[in-house]
Amino acid sequence: MTDILLYASLLVPLAGGLLLLTQKDSANTRDVISIITATILFLIILSFYPTVLAGNSPSITLAEPIQGLGIVFTIEPLGLLFATVASGLWILTTIYAIGYMRGANETNQTRFFLCFAISIAAAIGIAFAGNLLTLFMFYEMLTIATYPLVTHKGNEAARQGGRVYLGILMFTSIGFLLFAILWTYSLTGTVEFKPGGILQGHASPTVALILLTLFAFGTGKAALMPFHRWLPSAMVAPTPVSALLHAVAVVKAGVFTVLKITVYVFGIDFIADTGASTIILWVAAFTLTTASIVALTKDNLKARLAYSTVGQLSYVIVGAMLANAAGIIGGAMQIAMHAMGKITLFFCAGAIYVATKKTEISQLDGLGHRMPFTFAAFFVGSLSIIGLPPMGGAWSKWFLLIGAADAEQWILLGLLLLSSLLNVVYLLSIVGRAFFVPLPANSATALPAGTIQEAPLNCVVPLCLTATGCVVLFLFGDALYNFLQPILPKTEP
Amino acid sequence: MSQIPSQLVEQLPAIQLLLTLLAAPICSMFRNGDLSWRIATVASWASVACAFALLHQVWGGGSISYEMGGWPPPWGIEVVIDELTAIVLLLVTLFGALVMTALRESLSSIMRHQRQSLYYTTFLLCMASLIGITITGDAFNVFVFLEISSLATYTLIARGRDRRALTAAFRYLIMGTIGATFILIAIGFMYMLTGTLNMADLSERLPEHYDNKVLHASFAFFTIGIALKVAMFPLHYWLPNAYTYSPKATTAFLAATATKVSLYVMIRFIFDVYGVEFAFGQMQLGTLLVPLSIAGILVASLTAVFQDDAKRLLAWSSVAQLGYMALGIALLNANGLTSAVTHMFNHAMMKAGLFLALATMIYRTQSSSLASLSGIGRTMPWTTGAFAILGIGLIGVPFTAGFISKWYLVSGALDKDWLPVAVLLIISSLMAIAYIGKMLDVMYFKPAPSEFAEIKEGPKSMLIPCWIFALLTLYFGIDTRLTAGLAGRVASNLLGAS
Amino acid sequence: MIVGLFNYWIVIVLMMAGLYIVMSSGHLVKKIIGLNVFQTSVFIFFISMGAVDGGTAPILKDGFTVFSNPLPHVLILTAIVVGVATTALGLAISVRVFEAYGTVEEDEILAIDRDNREREISVSTVVTESSQNERDQ
Repeated sequence: MTDILLYASLLVPLAGGLLLLTQKDSANTRDVISIITATILFLIILSFYPTVLAGNSPSITLAEPIQGLGIVFTIEPLGLLFATVASGLWILTTIYAIGYMRGANETNQTRFFLCFAISIAAAIGIAFAGNLLTLFMFYEMLTIATYPLVTHKGNEAARQGGRVYLGILMFTSIGFLLFAILWTYSLTGTVEFKPGGILQGHASPTVALILLTLFAFGTGKAALMPFHRWLPSAMVAPTPVSALLHAVAVVKAGVFTVLKITVYVFGIDFIADTGASTIILWVAAFTLTTASIVALTKDNLKARLAYSTVGQLSYVIVGAMLANAAGIIGGAMQIAMHAMGKITLFFCAGAIYVATKKTEISQLDGLGHRMPFTFAAFFVGSLSIIGLPPMGGAWSKWFLLIGAADAEQWILLGLLLLSSLLNVVYLLSIVGRAFFVPLPANSATALPAGTIQEAPLNCVVPLCLTATGCVVLFLFGDALYNFLQPILPKTEP
Repeated sequence: MSQIPSQLVEQLPAIQLLLTLLAAPICSMFRNGDLSWRIATVASWASVACAFALLHQVWGGGSISYEMGGWPPPWGIEVVIDELTAIVLLLVTLFGALVMTALRESLSSIMRHQRQSLYYTTFLLCMASLIGITITGDAFNVFVFLEISSLATYTLIARGRDRRALTAAFRYLIMGTIGATFILIAIGFMYMLTGTLNMADLSERLPEHYDNKVLHASFAFFTIGIALKVAMFPLHYWLPNAYTYSPKATTAFLAATATKVSLYVMIRFIFDVYGVEFAFGQMQLGTLLVPLSIAGILVASLTAVFQDDAKRLLAWSSVAQLGYMALGIALLNANGLTSAVTHMFNHAMMKAGLFLALATMIYRTQSSSLASLSGIGRTMPWTTGAFAILGIGLIGVPFTAGFISKWYLVSGALDKDWLPVAVLLIISSLMAIAYIGKMLDVMYFKPAPSEFAEIKEGPKSMLIPCWIFALLTLYFGIDTRLTAGLAGRVASNLLGAS
Repeated sequence: MIVGLFNYWIVIVLMMAGLYIVMSSGHLVKKIIGLNVFQTSVFIFFISMGAVDGGTAPILKDGFTVFSNPLPHVLILTAIVVGVATTALGLAISVRVFEAYGTVEEDEILAIDRDNREREISVSTVVTESSQNERDQ
């Protein structure tokens, strides 16, 4: 039964996407299909929980393209968490996207939803990948499927952004990631994900260091500097794409890959023993500080959020590279927490665009009173990203700080705190501007003061839901912690 | 009644050869191009069926030996079909038949009706001789068929619209004849030593002459000769022009089959006739092949990046891809050889598809310069879609056939601990991204020139074969039993013989 | 040594001469002549190989026990046919080249091509309809 469901989890989004093609002329039917597909997928993913909580990890082999190496899917807690986040937020994003795409009068909506569905299928494939080969295949599929979404507008800016997007992601994945995978394969004779890692005893500390560096840089989707440029470039895409893919599916696929490789290919004991993570740890620390500073200088709302994402992703990498229990748990939690927070912020950015056509932060003066729900949600999302209770983000930041303290990386600890302060500045300043700076005089004449002018309901409801989600996640922090425990080596407490 | 099928099955190797060989003169008798096309298409698809039947027979291992005319070897000519033969046979017939199907529409615009019959005749002759090279077990026969296929190829190329096709064909004729004659000399030397021309016999008798200078000379002549035919760097000089100026769809066929079959001859002779030990141990073929193939990969990929004619770009890419196959052979381990044989099949499929898709575009634009193809993604979305799938296959992106062969090749290099080689291969993949990306960028994003703004999608008879190629590329990226699976067994057979 | 292997020396001389002509001459017809000389040298080589000292023609008749090996001769018969076909095709292409370019000197052809490319760089593969018709006739 689980086998069938596992196949279904990959096929449902694809089938839904193809079904969309047949409904080109009827926008309403098409949108209903999208939502139903998303809901079915989410339910399927949820149905895996009893099995995984019982400690099982079902596995299937689809085909065997390389002798002895199959396309294998295995369900384990980390992947299931990622799949839940991606599929759950897909429902909300679909509802939101319908409102957004109609509100903004975008063209080629069928192609848009089709590519969206393929991207989700790829993300699920990454989540359940049972070995590096499978992971890599779906990783590339995700890159290619999202490319038409990035260039959706079809103008010169979109084209330029798309070129950078594809260029960097393809370059890093084929140049570094594929090479690292093949190297691992030739060293160990396997690329399977195994608890405790597969490299132990096959690689010298130097090789491990080079390999881990290749893996981390090769996962361009994790946006480590200097390979982060694609993420701001991808912001030319319509906002639902930025929201789901460039706050959740794509970037999370990147950090998820790094986390999974750390845990299941290297094994955190092996990393701790060899010190293989030194380079990447500091690259990530550098990235999260620098990205926060760059975010401060951006006036375009989506650009600021993009740099914020670059920074927040490095938290996950830091967690993985700390290679201790608290770090890994913190990193894994950060995947979910940041997803929920950041998607809220992007939804808000899109809602503002649909309602007022404003994209720059300096134009947002006083809009808080006109769009109260949107900006309230923005506030909640910001708090979660910063890591303040009672928002979900507090847990992940907390565990990461503990992880840094456990590893006695005091400089790192300082940088993490500094970056959180910067988060406060660049996120809350937006909220402050919207609520406390009065509306500019010239635009105030257009509408009487106190009028509420929100985006369509389709846009506002999802963003309120995700904002609520940030709070809910705080309450379930403990459950999440217990759920993620099995990915750690048995020996640790 | 039941006797007849089993007799037919026994005669399959001969039928395989005769189908196309006999269809050729029949075609030439008709002045009606359409009728000839029908005959040619039926014959080529029938030979695909034959190839599948033969593949089915050797699938479980073992090989078929067939005596032509009932004369037992070494006096008669033996036909040998093993797994490697079967895979090459399938490559030639299947891709040949697909191109043949698309050929009518492509030709009708450039050639008058009665001329077409002759063209199909030549095409069939070329196919028949390539089949002949593949299945024969006789060294001299290889030479004869090689020459027939070459003569047919020169004619096909010279039929291009551009007058430069003539010079390209002439150049190829000179190079090809020298190459073939070299091979003839090599065969002569072997005959001098052993008194036999049967390949199986040769491989048994040659080992006692391993220290003989005559055999060394023979090997040297053979290597140069076949390298010319394979267009292995730096003897690739004839290829880019020949591919660029030959008539549209013909390029698809040539790119798929001609060089691949020559490569097959190379593998056959090096491994089965001369013997691995002699070729790589005593003659140090590896020290020649490895640096040259890597240089070829890099130089040709780089050249491809800077081309502004789509056909020429793909032609240079072919030179690079042949380098991959040569490197796979030179690695001399299971993964390397598997990659070489798999890539032979995969590359034939992808390049044929790419050239065919390009032919469909040129059918509308009348030009293969990148400038005139700009914006074609909007005017001909289906053709460009197939082109894009095949293109990313060529890069070696997962879920396409190209990925499989690249994976094996890099694994092969890493198995030998040749880290720098692996790095260079990865770099060459990045170059492939550059040149394919350049084409796709132009096709999808540049605005279409005004005179081509209204062009329509290509004719269905060309579009469908294009998509078959594209879908096969995706299919063989996932289910590889027929390609890599079979190639793996071929590799262990070849290496096991040493 | 020299006398005994006389045939083979001739083969080498002819082969080198032929290859040299192919490489050095820019005239297409001369290239074909060179190619022929080159191929002929190989034919001689095969035939010499089959010869046996004091052997006769391979016809079975009482009293003759030593005779030349007939197989190389038969093979070369095939090779000659192939050679003739190649020559014919090469000459035919040369004629076509002359019709299209007005010359069969390689240098001049290259120069014409280069001029053309510079003149109409964008429409590189389109040929004027007239030359197309000419060739179809």
